Amino acid sequence: MNTPKSFQEIILRLQSYWAGHGCAILQPYDMEVGAGTFHPATTLRALGSKPWAVAYVQPSRRPTDGRYGENPNRLQHYYQYQVVIKPSPPNLQELYLGSLKVIGIDMAVHDIRFVEDDWESPTLGAWGLGWEVWCDGMEVSQFTYFQQVGGHDCNPVSGELTYGLERLAMYVLGVDHVMDMPFNDPLAPIPLSYGDIFKQTEEEYARWNFDVANTDVLLRQFKEAETECENILAQDHLDPKTGKHIIMAHPAYDQCIKASHMFNLLDARGVISVTERQAYIGRVRSLATKCADAFVQTAAAGGI
Amino acid sequence: MADLLIELFSEEIPAGFQAQAAENLKKLMTNGIVDAGLTYASAAAFHTPRRLTLAIEGLLEASPTVQEERKGPKVGAPDQAIQGFLRGASLTLDDLEVRDDKKGQVYFANITKPGRPAAEIVAEELEVTIRNFPWPKSMRWGSGSLRWVRPLQSILCLLSNEVETQIVPLEIDGISAGNTTRGHRFMADDVFTVNDFDDYEAKLKRAKVILRCDERSAAIWQEATSQAFALGQDVVEDLGLLAEVSGLVEWPVVLMGQIDDDFLGLPPEVLKTSMKEHQKFFSVSNPKTGRIERFVTVANIETADQGATILKGNQKVLAARLADAKFFWENDLREAKTGMLKWQSDLENVTFHNQLGSQSDRIKRIATLARELAPIVGCDADIVEKAALVAKADLSSEMVYEFPELQGLMGRYYALEAGMGKDIAAACEDHYSPLGPSDDVPTAPVSVAVALADKLDMLTGFWAIDEKPTGSKDPFALRRAALGVIRLIMENQLTLPLAAILKPADVGAGAVDLLGFFQDRLKVFLRDQGIRHDVIDACVVMSASDDLALLAKRAQALQLTLATDDGENLIQGFKRANNILSQAEEKDGVEYSYGADVKFAESDAEKALFAALDVADAQIKPAMDAQDFSTAMAALSILRGPIDLFFDAVKINADSAMIRRNRLNLLSRIRTTCLSVADLSKLEG
Repeated sequence: MNTPKSFQEIILRLQSYWAGHGCAILQPYDMEVGAGTFHPATTLRALGSKPWAVAYVQPSRRPTDGRYGENPNRLQHYYQYQVVIKPSPPNLQELYLGSLKVIGIDMAVHDIRFVEDDWESPTLGAWGLGWEVWCDGMEVSQFTYFQQVGGHDCNPVSGELTYGLERLAMYVLGVDHVMDMPFNDPLAPIPLSYGDIFKQTEEEYARWNFDVANTDVLLRQFKEAETECENILAQDHLDPKTGKHIIMAHPAYDQCIKASHMFNLLDARGVISVTERQAYIGRVRSLATKCADAFVQTAAAGGI
Repeated sequence: MADLLIELFSEEIPAGFQAQAAENLKKLMTNGIVDAGLTYASAAAFHTPRRLTLAIEGLLEASPTVQEERKGPKVGAPDQAIQGFLRGASLTLDDLEVRDDKKGQVYFANITKPGRPAAEIVAEELEVTIRNFPWPKSMRWGSGSLRWVRPLQSILCLLSNEVETQIVPLEIDGISAGNTTRGHRFMADDVFTVNDFDDYEAKLKRAKVILRCDERSAAIWQEATSQAFALGQDVVEDLGLLAEVSGLVEWPVVLMGQIDDDFLGLPPEVLKTSMKEHQKFFSVSNPKTGRIERFVTVANIETADQGATILKGNQKVLAARLADAKFFWENDLREAKTGMLKWQSDLENVTFHNQLGSQSDRIKRIATLARELAPIVGCDADIVEKAALVAKADLSSEMVYEFPELQGLMGRYYALEAGMGKDIAAACEDHYSPLGPSDDVPTAPVSVAVALADKLDMLTGFWAIDEKPTGSKDPFALRRAALGVIRLIMENQLTLPLAAILKPADVGAGAVDLLGFFQDRLKVFLRDQGIRHDVIDACVVMSASDDLALLAKRAQALQLTLATDDGENLIQGFKRANNILSQAEEKDGVEYSYGADVKFAESDAEKALFAALDVADAQIKPAMDAQDFSTAMAALSILRGPIDLFFDAVKINADSAMIRRNRLNLLSRIRTTCLSVADLSKLEG
């Protein structure tokens, strides 16, 4: 397999590889999330008995990681590539290694290792066991067998693969600074680097995240999302208009995602003390748990 | 005789779990098959990242036939009882034997339990073992219900003798035992068949898997040290890291790389920690400069380019890590030079505990307490206070934020950079010590004072808000803190009456309780040194037992005394005196506490006891005042002879009421004298 030339080529190869192995290629979720795991295609669909196989790119935001575009590999906005298969197939490790091969990592000259890593998301009430995958000492992916989400046991178990796309691509392409990485084909009539696309936005968002975002507004939005989430879940399952049985797990979960992002922004603004942190995380987890409780009762989860 | 080979092949097992898991596999399987009637000559367990292996030699091919006789109901008993007995024994009435018993004729069953083939037993025991395996953390996968540390991929289970090899028939959650395994994930991933253990180990080696962990460790260490030696350098020994790395590879390939010159100015601990924690690299130091200049990484693969690509990748990751570390270090040094005041004030915004205020509040409390402790420890109160105020400043530093395990150590560097004295810098590093039972205890006075204050503040604080350890729950590691205080006191021979320090004003009503907690921890500490718990109980109730060093000294002296013949018998004498006296006091409703008079003594034994008590009292009182417990205990033990003789020769309950009263008062003197040394009534046995 020849070496890819650009960031997008790596993404395209992953897309076609996982499509070829039977995954539905979804599009990113249209909300701000901290990681690909927050996409309802992972969080909610890991619950219940129905088989599931999807892959998607998820733009992710971690306001505290912003470095004004100066740090070689820290960004407040970055991309994750996420694969979720339920039940986890017995050859998931081999499938994963196959995906590294297609993006140009030659197993004969690199040192690939599965190093213990117990994954836990306190905000989602989720945990799983698995590994960080190392390539020549660098973490290139997270590999997790979900055991619990939103306080519910996962049965069957989903296998989740998360690739940190920028870091992986920089390694494959031999680039030292993320902003120097070719985004499209460097020989294209208009070659664009990662920096051409994101250097300025990293700066803008870093300033807003750290110093400008109105914390009163953020706090209010956090509370509003929390209230709306609970309001949605409190509705009678029977829709009086259509006479149908409709549990609104997804709209409620959107509010949970929103609250989580507001919390991340507040955290970046430095207005959350160590003690309060735990309380906020607990509030988001409580929303996530309630959404999971709702989802498992729906048809998509194989429920009633 | 047969040999058994079992391999449980899975996805990568966490390095830290492997050795214990191999040991558990051996223990559970050998116990199981022995309980089932098999014997074996030897067993050995092995582990790699992907497999747990058990080899048993000299196994019986079948369990022996066992005859069992079972007594049943009487002849003529209700049919229900007889049928029940027959069902239990799997026999018919014709099989039973009738014998005469004391109460008449009784049915007896002779049950023959035929031996079972080893394969059957092994299959059963292996299934039980796998299903109940004690992993520290286990998981499910796919649609199955089986739990294993990571997905279990295949099971190899073979019984072999000189003639043949047999696959033990076994299926667990869709995994059937077979005679195959596979080699190294990347270098020899083909499935191959195996006959017995020797064949297995040899074929694995050909397939680039070293089965024995000690062999992998030895190979890594040997290769790392010889590569370093060739360059005139030393690999920094780290057995924990060596064990971990040996559990991450099936085919170790040692690669040595160089650290960029840019980073050589970092403190060696920073280089070491960063390389170890993030990359699992060994540090390689140059004995001429004392600096860490290189690293050793252990890959799991041989490559055509001799590891050049792997090394380059690792070097790149390291450079990124160290660039971060250097950035932190330089920022921190700038801040340290200004006196670390900003770091100290930053700690006002860091909550220590929501009921106990900020880190800054805590530091101020520590500083006040450390001042009080200064004269006891023997150092200058101003210096101690200053040390306490800066000891935790490094918690605000960027380096410690990144590497929390460097707390204290960075404090030392930064205190020196801020121009503070070496004693203050040392206190920054050492005031967290001792952390564990084997950790070194600080001895420099300033460090000791701050270390004591640090722990005492933890304890008084959490006691005041009633967050005490309960059962197995000790989230704030308060037992460790108390043990730290005890070791600081003991190993520095400090006279530190805790009652004065644990002021009710700070601790509230819990002060007494906290002192009791200390005494309990002291019990654990002294028990580890071989001192009986009842000996400590006997000493805890004495005065000044809030001085833990004194309490320990008293307990040690008592234990020594008890170890002698005189001491042991003295206790018996004391107990006898105490029992008789207590009973008489209860019966008579009076306390015989005064007035034994030698002039009412009738026998020589009685007179001798009076004399002996006079002698002992005269020695014990000054010895106790001087806290010379050995002398006091020695004086006490000379009473053994006179007390024994007294009880042999004298009847306490004499006919004359006056004589009886005098004798009871004499027993009371024995009690008083004995109790002046320790509460001997608390002793067991």
